[in-house]
Amino acid sequence: MATPTAAAPRTNRLGLAILDYKGGKTTLCAGCGHNAISERILEAYFDLGIPPERVAKFSGIGCSSKTPAYFMSRSHSFNAVHGRMPSVATGALLANRTLHGVGVSGDGDTASIGIGQFVNLIRRNVAMVYVVENNGVYGLTKGQFSATADPGSTLKGGDVADLPAIDICALALQLGASFVGRSFSGDKKQLSVLLKAAVAHGGTALLDVISPCVTFNDHEGSTKSFSFVKEHGEPLQELSFVPAFEEIDVDYDPGTTQEVTLHDGSHLRLKKLEAGYDPSDRVRAMSRLMESARGGEVLTGMLFLDPAAPDLATRLGLVAAPLATLPPEQVRPSRAVLDAINASLR
Amino acid sequence: MTTEQLEVTHRAGPASRTVVNDFAIQVATVNGSGSQSANTVLLRALFQMGIPVSGKNLFPSNIAGLPTWYTIRVSRDGWVARKKEVDLLVAMNGETARDDVTQLRPGAAVIFDAPLALEAMRTDLAFYPVPFDELVAPVSSDARLRKLLRNMVYVGVLAGLLEIEIAEVERALARVFGAKQKALELNLRAVRAGLGHAATIEKHDPFRVAPMDATRGKIIIDGNAATALGALFAGVTVVPWYPITPSTSVVEALQGYLEQHRRTPDGQASFAVVQAEDELAAIGMVIGASWAGARAMTATSGPGISLMSEFAGLGYFAEVPAVIVDVQRIGPSTGLPTRTSQGDLLSTAFLSHGDTEHLLLFPGSVEECFTLTGQAFDLAERFQTPVFILTDLDLGMNNWMAEPLPYPETPLDRGKVLSKADLDRLGGFARYKDVDGDGIGWRTLPGTDHQKAAYFTRGTGHDEQAGYSERSDVFEKNMERLRRKFEGARAALPQPVVTGAGARVGLLAHGSSDPALREALVQLKQEAGLDADYLRVRAWPFAAAVRDFVAAHQRVYVVEQDRDAQLLALLKLDLEPSLTARLRSVAHVTGLPLDARSVTDELLAQEGR
Repeated sequence: MATPTAAAPRTNRLGLAILDYKGGKTTLCAGCGHNAISERILEAYFDLGIPPERVAKFSGIGCSSKTPAYFMSRSHSFNAVHGRMPSVATGALLANRTLHGVGVSGDGDTASIGIGQFVNLIRRNVAMVYVVENNGVYGLTKGQFSATADPGSTLKGGDVADLPAIDICALALQLGASFVGRSFSGDKKQLSVLLKAAVAHGGTALLDVISPCVTFNDHEGSTKSFSFVKEHGEPLQELSFVPAFEEIDVDYDPGTTQEVTLHDGSHLRLKKLEAGYDPSDRVRAMSRLMESARGGEVLTGMLFLDPAAPDLATRLGLVAAPLATLPPEQVRPSRAVLDAINASLR
Repeated sequence: MTTEQLEVTHRAGPASRTVVNDFAIQVATVNGSGSQSANTVLLRALFQMGIPVSGKNLFPSNIAGLPTWYTIRVSRDGWVARKKEVDLLVAMNGETARDDVTQLRPGAAVIFDAPLALEAMRTDLAFYPVPFDELVAPVSSDARLRKLLRNMVYVGVLAGLLEIEIAEVERALARVFGAKQKALELNLRAVRAGLGHAATIEKHDPFRVAPMDATRGKIIIDGNAATALGALFAGVTVVPWYPITPSTSVVEALQGYLEQHRRTPDGQASFAVVQAEDELAAIGMVIGASWAGARAMTATSGPGISLMSEFAGLGYFAEVPAVIVDVQRIGPSTGLPTRTSQGDLLSTAFLSHGDTEHLLLFPGSVEECFTLTGQAFDLAERFQTPVFILTDLDLGMNNWMAEPLPYPETPLDRGKVLSKADLDRLGGFARYKDVDGDGIGWRTLPGTDHQKAAYFTRGTGHDEQAGYSERSDVFEKNMERLRRKFEGARAALPQPVVTGAGARVGLLAHGSSDPALREALVQLKQEAGLDADYLRVRAWPFAAAVRDFVAAHQRVYVVEQDRDAQLLALLKLDLEPSLTARLRSVAHVTGLPLDARSVTDELLAQEGR
C-alpha cells in the first residue's frame, strides 16, 4: 500500500498558493457575512493571477472597513476615516494608475456619512472595485439603523425604520455608474463571478453585497437577514466568467446567453433568467430595481455594465507610468523655463 | 499728445513743496466696472519708470456692483507695505465718495467724477473735477465699452498730473491688452482724453513722480502665482482642490503652468488637477496620492482648513506627507472672505483632535511663496507629515515687486522610501520603527514588488509593524516618537530672519507683516530714536534662534494680524516662563494689510513715548 503523500497546494498562473493571498485573523463576529466576502475577494485575485503586491486595499470606518486586514496581507492597505475612503482611493490611484484598487465599505460608511464621496467617486469613474458590505445597520456602535434600512424593517429592540431607504445601486445608476452589481454574501458562485468581473472592469465597479449582521440585524422582521435574502433574492442571470488568459469555449446559446467583453479582455457570460433583460440598458435597470423594491424582492446579478466608459485617469490624459515615481527631469521643468517665466513677469 | 508737450503749472499748493515718488493713490470704483486693467496699467507704468510700487486691491465678496478700492503706493525708499494715509483719491464711485473724502488728511488731492460735486466738502484738499462721461463720449459709441473706458480716462488724468511717462503707459497698455489691437487703440484714446484734460487743470498738490532706477531686473507677481510656481518646480503631480477665495488663483495659476510645461510631446499629462466636491475630498485625495508616493498638494482658506481637520489628524498619526496651502482670510466663520488675516495660526498648528501638531511655514514675500512652497514638498516627504503653508490674501492676491524667482539648487528630497532592492537587502522592514534615531520610520509605496513591502496604514493605534494595537505602552511609545520627530523638525525648517543686534527692544512677526515691520523699524529710529532688532519667524515649531532672540531682549513686541495674539500664544507654549514675561502684543484685526504707521504708533504708546 502506497504511503499517502500530501497533495501539492493548488497554485494560480503565477505559481502562488491561496495562502499567499490570505490576511490576518478576522475579529468580526462568527458567521458575519463580511468574512465570506473577504474570502471571495482574495479568491478572485488568486484565480485571476494578480500578484497581491499589485493590489491596494482601501476602507473607511466600520465593521466592513476592518476587513482589508483579513485578506491579502501582501497588499498595501489604507484604512482611512469614516466615509472618506473614496477620496483617499482616488488620490492613490491617480498617483499610481497601474495599481489594482479595491475598496471595502459599509452601508453607513457609503450611504450615510460618506454619501458625498461615494457619489463623486461614481461620477468620476475611478478605476477600482468598490464593495459595499450592506447590512442596514451600524454594528460597531451596537445596532443603529443605517440609510439603507428598508422602511418597516425592525431592529431587535423593536424600533421600526420609517425613512425611505437609499438603494445604492439605483443611486449609482443615476450617477452614471459604469458597473453596477448586487449580490449576497451567502451566494458564493454569483459573488465570485461578479467580483472577478469587477476586477476586470476599467472603471468604478460597484458591488452592493447584502451581508447580514448576525448580531444586530438577522432577526425576523429585518430585510437584511439571511432568511429574508434567501427567500426574496431574485437573480437576473446565471453568471460565469472567462479570464482573458483562458480560451473562450463557444458552446453557448446566444438566444439565452449574452457575452460581454470586459476592459481587460475577460468575458462575462450572462445566462438570462429573465427574458429581455439587457445590462447595457440603464433605464431598464433602474425601473427593474424599483419594481423589485416595490415587490419586496432583492434583485441580484449584473444590473448594469458599460465596459467602454472612460475612467478618471483616461479622461485626465495621464501618462501610462505612475505619477508617483516619475523621474525628477519629468516633473521639474528646466532652468530655461523659469528664466522665461521670470522674463514674462518683468 | 505726450507728457513732454504738457505744461503743468506747479502752483504753491497747500504743502508748498513737491513730494516726489512718495505717496499713495487710492482709486475708488465699483466692483465689476473693469477698473482692474486701468489699475494694472498704472502700476506697471510706474514700475517701468524704475519707481518702487505696490498695489493692493480691497474688494468685496461680490461679482459686481459693490464698492472696491485699489491702492497704489509709490515709494522712492522701496516700502511696499500698505500706507495708512491716502494722498491722492480717485473718486469714481458716488456711493463711497463722500465717506472717502471725509477720511483724507489735509493736503491730499481728489480726482473725482465731476457730477459728484465733491469740491464743496472741504477746503483743505486739492479738488480736480473730471467730466468722465464727456471725455469718454468721443472715444466709443458703445455705452458698455464707455463704462469700461472711463477707467482709462483716470489713468490719463493721473499720468498728466503726476508726470507719468506716456511711453510707459503705452507699453503697459500693450502688455495688458496684448494682441487685441482694437481694445488697445480704444484704451489708448481714453488715456489720451484724460491726459488732454489734465493739461487744462491747474495743479495745486505737491505729488509727482520722477524716473528712478530701482526696479531694474525685478518682476511683478502675486503670491498665489508664486506659490503655484513653487509647486511646479517642486514637481507636484496631484492637485485636488475646492475653490475658495482667496486661494482659488493658486490652483488656477498652477493648472495653467502645468498645462504649458508638463505635457509630453504627444499631449499626455504628468499631472492630475481634480476639482473635488469639497475640501474634505481635496485633502483626502492629497493624503491618498502622497501615501502612494506622489507629490500632492491642495490650496484652501480658513473654512477649508476647518473641514480638513479630521484628515489632518490622520496624516499626522498615520504619517502621510501632504502639502496644504492656506491663503488666510479673516474669520471666524465665513468672516470677511475678501479681507486678509493671520488668524488661522493656532487652529492650524494643532488642527484635528487629540495630540496633533503640524509643521507650518510662513512665507513673508512672494519670493518666499515660491521657495517655501518648494521646500514644503521636501519637508512633507522627509518628515512624512502634513506641512501647511500659511500665506494670506494680502500676500496671495496682490501684486508685488520681487527679485526674479530663483531656480531650486537642491535635488528633490523624496524622503525615506524603501525600494524592492532595499527590501531584498534588508529582508523586511517595520514601518514605524525608529531605526535612525530621528523618529522617522521608513516607508514603502504600494506596488513595490516585494513580498515584505506591504504594510497596513491606519488611524487606529498601531505598533512598529503597523499592526493594530490597543496596548498603552505601545501607544505611548509611538506618541513619544512622533514628538521626537516633530522636535527634530525645528532645525530642518526654514530658520528665522534676524535684522539688527544689540538693541534692548525686539520686534517679532511672521508672514505678510514683514514689509510693515521693516518700515516701522526705520520710523521708530527716525521718529523716536528707538533702536529695535527684528526677528521674522518662518516656521513652526520654532527654531532655537527664536528663543535666543527673546532671551537677548528686554522686551519683545510680537506683531501680528489677528485679535488673539496667536503667534504670542505659540511662543508662550515654547518658552520658559522667565522669557514669556518679556513678550508684548501688537495685534491687529482690521482685515486690512498691516501698515507701518499703526505698528509704530502702538509700539511707541506701549513704550511710553
